[in-house]
Amino acid sequence: MDFLNALIAFANFVFIPGVAYGSQLALGALGVTLVYGILRFSNFAHGDTMAMGAMATVLITWLFQSWGISLGPLPTALLALPFGILFAIGLLLGTDRMIYRFYRVQKAKPVILVIVSLGITFIYNGLTRFVIGADDQNFFDGQRFIISAREFKASTGLPEGLSFKTTQGITIVTAIIVVAALFWFLNKTRAGKSMRAYSDNEDLALLSGINPERVVMITWIIVASLATIAGVLYGLDKSFKPFTYFQLLLPIFAAAIVGGLGNPLGAIAGGFVIAFSEVTITYAWKKVLVYLMPEPLEPSGLVQLLSTDYKFAVSFVILLIVLLFKPTGLFKGQSV
Amino acid sequence: MSDAYGDRGNKDASITNPKGMGSRIPEASGESFASPGGPFLIGENMTAGYGAGPDILHDCTIAVDQGEIAVIVGPNGAGKSTGMKAVFGMLDMRQGHVRLDGEDITGLSPQDRVAKGMGFVPQTSNIFTSMTVEENLEMGAFIRTDDFSDTMAQVYDLFPILKEKRLQAAGELSGGQRQQVAVGRALMTQPKVLMLDEPTAGVSPIVMDELFDRIIEVARTGIPILMVEQNARQALEIADKGYVLVQGANAYSGTGKELLADPEVRKSFLGG
Repeated sequence: MDFLNALIAFANFVFIPGVAYGSQLALGALGVTLVYGILRFSNFAHGDTMAMGAMATVLITWLFQSWGISLGPLPTALLALPFGILFAIGLLLGTDRMIYRFYRVQKAKPVILVIVSLGITFIYNGLTRFVIGADDQNFFDGQRFIISAREFKASTGLPEGLSFKTTQGITIVTAIIVVAALFWFLNKTRAGKSMRAYSDNEDLALLSGINPERVVMITWIIVASLATIAGVLYGLDKSFKPFTYFQLLLPIFAAAIVGGLGNPLGAIAGGFVIAFSEVTITYAWKKVLVYLMPEPLEPSGLVQLLSTDYKFAVSFVILLIVLLFKPTGLFKGQSV
Repeated sequence: MSDAYGDRGNKDASITNPKGMGSRIPEASGESFASPGGPFLIGENMTAGYGAGPDILHDCTIAVDQGEIAVIVGPNGAGKSTGMKAVFGMLDMRQGHVRLDGEDITGLSPQDRVAKGMGFVPQTSNIFTSMTVEENLEMGAFIRTDDFSDTMAQVYDLFPILKEKRLQAAGELSGGQRQQVAVGRALMTQPKVLMLDEPTAGVSPIVMDELFDRIIEVARTGIPILMVEQNARQALEIADKGYVLVQGANAYSGTGKELLADPEVRKSFLGG
């Protein structure tokens, strides 16, 4: 029995990666839930919006790196991020102007917009691969670890190491800042309140003198920022590969639906529920259990419930369970 | 054959969110021009319908003058609410004009009409249910850039219960309180004319009396009120001007007292 080492192994392999991945999903799910609440459809193009924004950031990061600009221990990508966000804002506003607006003016049924967004998914998807290619791209630089396993072992003298990657730290800090800013914006500012009003009752918002086009514009700007930040953080933490963003759509939607579509608080909770389910179910628990169990009971197998290849099944199953038993999500799905 | 553009798929709440979705607003030219004379607000000879659909209003005229309460009554489906919406620019006008304070505003969008000083309380979904009472009032004052705290204080004076419940979500209030929020929201712009679509729909008789009292109070502050009412008798009693609509056209009009005394109106609409 070695409780301390078990705890460190748990933190190292489950807790820290889970929190980082959960933050990335939460940021993605917030974007999905905002579009659902305000524009009233599920935006299937969200994953590829993340890819587009991240792609722009990667390209600008490379440019900065070639100029020799860097942020020291922090990745240069953070410096390129605002430009990536600007690109994504331009992209989404342009898409809205050319495509979504046409349907919005006619008050097309939301299900039509869902299919429209699917078409846009394929266009974005193709564009991303056309510009940057389908392969893995590395754009991380700076210091790799905040706490590395070797240093941790040396300083504590414990056999079990704990590592905390810079990207994980950045992900968590950025997510907290972004979420706090978003909630402040939605609840305290005039523009944020007008978004909530529009989400609640479009006609009455119009009768109050709220300009619907302006609400839609602000929504796309926020969604573009959230998507790019989520995409870049995911890319920094794992690696940038266009196809993974399309696949991320499933856990992101699962997170948004589990939390209750249209509810920002739910999106965050849902992000962590999905992330921790995925990590705990696909993690081989042998190491932790060996520390915890008395010797005769120590497991001989890996104690891995599901191979990591099947991690998407986890999102799917949770989604099914929630839709079967609590269709409005854990937090009551309500208008934003 | 099934309708290809019907409502299929829209009930799947995991991908679509039709709740709170707005109605189609007709395109507006955005032009208004001076057109002096006539009553303060008038929808004149309006022939209108939704989109390319059939005409619902036929040469219908509704007007209200300064310091007056004008009431529109009539049987179900007579086009009372539609008439109000037409005056507010939410219908496609085929013929006729809307004039406000000596200005022809037929070409303006509903938002622009709000800016011109029209306040409208729709019959249903007339509050932001997920927002607090105070936020509802703030949204009412959205177009104002000046300090509106004194207007809010006036609304709270008029409806003291709202002050008590100001931090509660408006959707949690009772029917009568919701109507007070709705009227309060419309008053926040300091409108030059207030349009109420069945403000007493679905509230108990006691609450109804109270609401009528409040509406008279609002009218006394000098705001002309144009109102659609189901409770024809009670509404005509407080009305300076009354319109009886039948099938989208004016059937009778006159002062409230005249209409109440008119045997035809009594027989057909007021139950003898």
